[in-house]
Amino acid sequence: MADLDTFRAETRSWLEANCPAEMRTPPRDEDDTYWGGRNAEFTSDAQKAWFEACVEKGYTVPAWPKEYGGAGLNAAEAKILRQEMAAINARSPLSSFGIWMLGPALLKFGTEEQKLHYLNQIARGEIRWCQGYSEPGSGSDLVSMQTFGEDKGDHWEVNGQKIWTSYADKADWIFCLVRTDKNDKYQGITFMLFDMASEGVSTKPILLISGNSPFCETFFDNVKVPKDQFVGEVNRGWDVAKYLLGHEREMISGAGGGGLTSAIGAAMTRHAAKNGDELDPVLRGELAMFDVDALAYAAMGEKFLDEMKNGKGHPAQPNMMKYVGTELNKRRHELMMSAGGSRSLEWDSDETKGGKPSRNWLRTKANSIEGGTSEVMLNVVSKRILDLPGA
Amino acid sequence: MPLFHDEDQTMLADTAAQFMAEEGAINKQLRHWRDRDCPDGFGHALWKQFAEMGFTGILVGEEDGGMGMGNVEAGIVLEQIGRNLTPSPFLASSVLAATALNEGSADMRGRYMPGLISGDSVFAVAIDESAKHRPERIRTKAEKSGNGFKLSGQKSFVIQGASADMIVVAARTSGSDDDEDGITLFAVPKDAAGMEHDSVRLVDSSMATHTKFDGVELDGDAVIGEVDGGREILNKVLNAGRIGSAAEGCGVAGAAMDMTVDYLKQRKQFGKLIGEFQALQHRAAHLYSEVEIARAVTIKAGQLLDGGSEKADLMVSVAKAKAGQTAGLSVREGVQMHGGIGMTDEYDIGLYMKRDRALNEFLGDAYYHADRVARLSGY
Repeated sequence: MADLDTFRAETRSWLEANCPAEMRTPPRDEDDTYWGGRNAEFTSDAQKAWFEACVEKGYTVPAWPKEYGGAGLNAAEAKILRQEMAAINARSPLSSFGIWMLGPALLKFGTEEQKLHYLNQIARGEIRWCQGYSEPGSGSDLVSMQTFGEDKGDHWEVNGQKIWTSYADKADWIFCLVRTDKNDKYQGITFMLFDMASEGVSTKPILLISGNSPFCETFFDNVKVPKDQFVGEVNRGWDVAKYLLGHEREMISGAGGGGLTSAIGAAMTRHAAKNGDELDPVLRGELAMFDVDALAYAAMGEKFLDEMKNGKGHPAQPNMMKYVGTELNKRRHELMMSAGGSRSLEWDSDETKGGKPSRNWLRTKANSIEGGTSEVMLNVVSKRILDLPGA
Repeated sequence: MPLFHDEDQTMLADTAAQFMAEEGAINKQLRHWRDRDCPDGFGHALWKQFAEMGFTGILVGEEDGGMGMGNVEAGIVLEQIGRNLTPSPFLASSVLAATALNEGSADMRGRYMPGLISGDSVFAVAIDESAKHRPERIRTKAEKSGNGFKLSGQKSFVIQGASADMIVVAARTSGSDDDEDGITLFAVPKDAAGMEHDSVRLVDSSMATHTKFDGVELDGDAVIGEVDGGREILNKVLNAGRIGSAAEGCGVAGAAMDMTVDYLKQRKQFGKLIGEFQALQHRAAHLYSEVEIARAVTIKAGQLLDGGSEKADLMVSVAKAKAGQTAGLSVREGVQMHGGIGMTDEYDIGLYMKRDRALNEFLGDAYYHADRVARLSGY
């Protein structure tokens, strides 16, 4: 315990010295976070300084081994770092699908050479990754996907289309599910890695109800992928994909640390008061019920992480976390819209920073669709945890 | 501290689970005493067994002969009580009254703790004064009288009040009804002249009293803690009782869910197990999620309370509200998914519905605690 106390003290003073004041406020939205990559630009000097300090210390990926760009923290130390960062509201220095998704897959399935190469790139924010999973005809039923890689000796020739590829237009590389055997549904998919600058790759942003375009359609037209650029085994990419979906569900559920940890009712009430409004008692009641559920869920998030790190807990638990976390987030934004009144309806006013309340509210509707719908999550819980028949 | 039970706590949970499933089982205790119209609503022999197991003094300090454990451990026992609907004085005596007595003088602890620990005594706590829990307002008065006090007023929802050898009473010694200060806690012995119980059986077959205090004369040594300094002790008692009720509620919720999920795997209609129907699967999976969350926040709040955290008040209310909502969902879904058989007295699921209703109301329902969460959060 004395070691952990020392670690906490050191962490606290390191954060004090290295985390700029501007980085101790929540990011305004997804654009206000640093995503790294070849074309990345910092939005402020503070963001740059904070990112660079974290890279130096291994704190973009604190729990990864040092040789892969991490800080090699054990579970107890990583928890202390999270707590100390939360205590000062420190932002995450780097948002990255590489950290959240590809990294964990490489740590489990990658070769030593792949780990040294790709994980260090991810930790330093050099390459921005996107994920090629869904296809127009394969949403909830992902394994029916058809994008095909034909064996051409030293490379695969990939043809097909992906959809809902987050930030494909900004990403440098893609980790992508490609069918390499048309005769085996589950054991005919390979988990490939390739450069989005390859000839034959094109992307087209999709305009959403929020007016934003975080997702793209991604087209592959005779794309050459060298035969050594895959993770795990050829035709066993579904194993990697399933493992990764678990991580995606954790991320979306907010259990990874970005969860809702404080009551929102007080902020809503203060905000309304600034405009001379008073919230209706029934709305106050709804906010209070929401805060009960959100604070209880935050405790569940903590328990979930503690159990995962100690090998306890059911392996299908991330599905439950994803279901509850996303439904809560949708409810939160409904309440924020109601508390904000007509002001929150404004679509592009300066006062709302370009319609943030309404656009963010609409964005949350995707939470319970992407990465497995709420209905699919409930199916998985029924089948794998409750062991209900024929599910 | 990780949010799961350590080795000692897991051992305690296993021991309590086995004990309640065997000795505290529904047929052996709840139905047995209910069907005999027992005026206590529980068995004294079982209470002596609680003592042998070391449960009675779980929150009592080691210097007083107790186990010196915390609210997390008391919650572990209560979750098993909830799972088996075991009627006992544990919540009122070993959690609520014990938490009050822990704040008393050495003399007071010496008077009451040995009986509690041995299982010979039963204690109750009198807080509510009307049909809804409102401990912010205390009207029962204790006026100076000679070397002691004279107690006047009335209390309701005094669990096991008529069975109790001593009742902890929250009374006003100064100020007006809604004042924060001016509260004093008294240990009122059962033979105190002027105390009158109107005993009522509740929906869950537990027994409670409306108790009148008509100029009850108390010695000065009946005061727990300091005169006018009772609010702080009362808050400790309420926190302990609320987190304990939440833990028991998690047990009720979990057992009702398990019964229901088992039933979905046995009952056939339309030539299929009803558990094959997605309409029921999704409701069961949603219920599972809520039960997991209620258990997590109950452990979290218990840890914060035991650790003396300033967030404990808030999280105890979150836990009481969440456990209440969840247990309510679990028993309602339970009865509905059992269909007609769920409406019969013979089947146990209805007993869980009744217990949940009483437990939810005890020490503040989900509405009370959600409101408290809002107030403590500044709105």
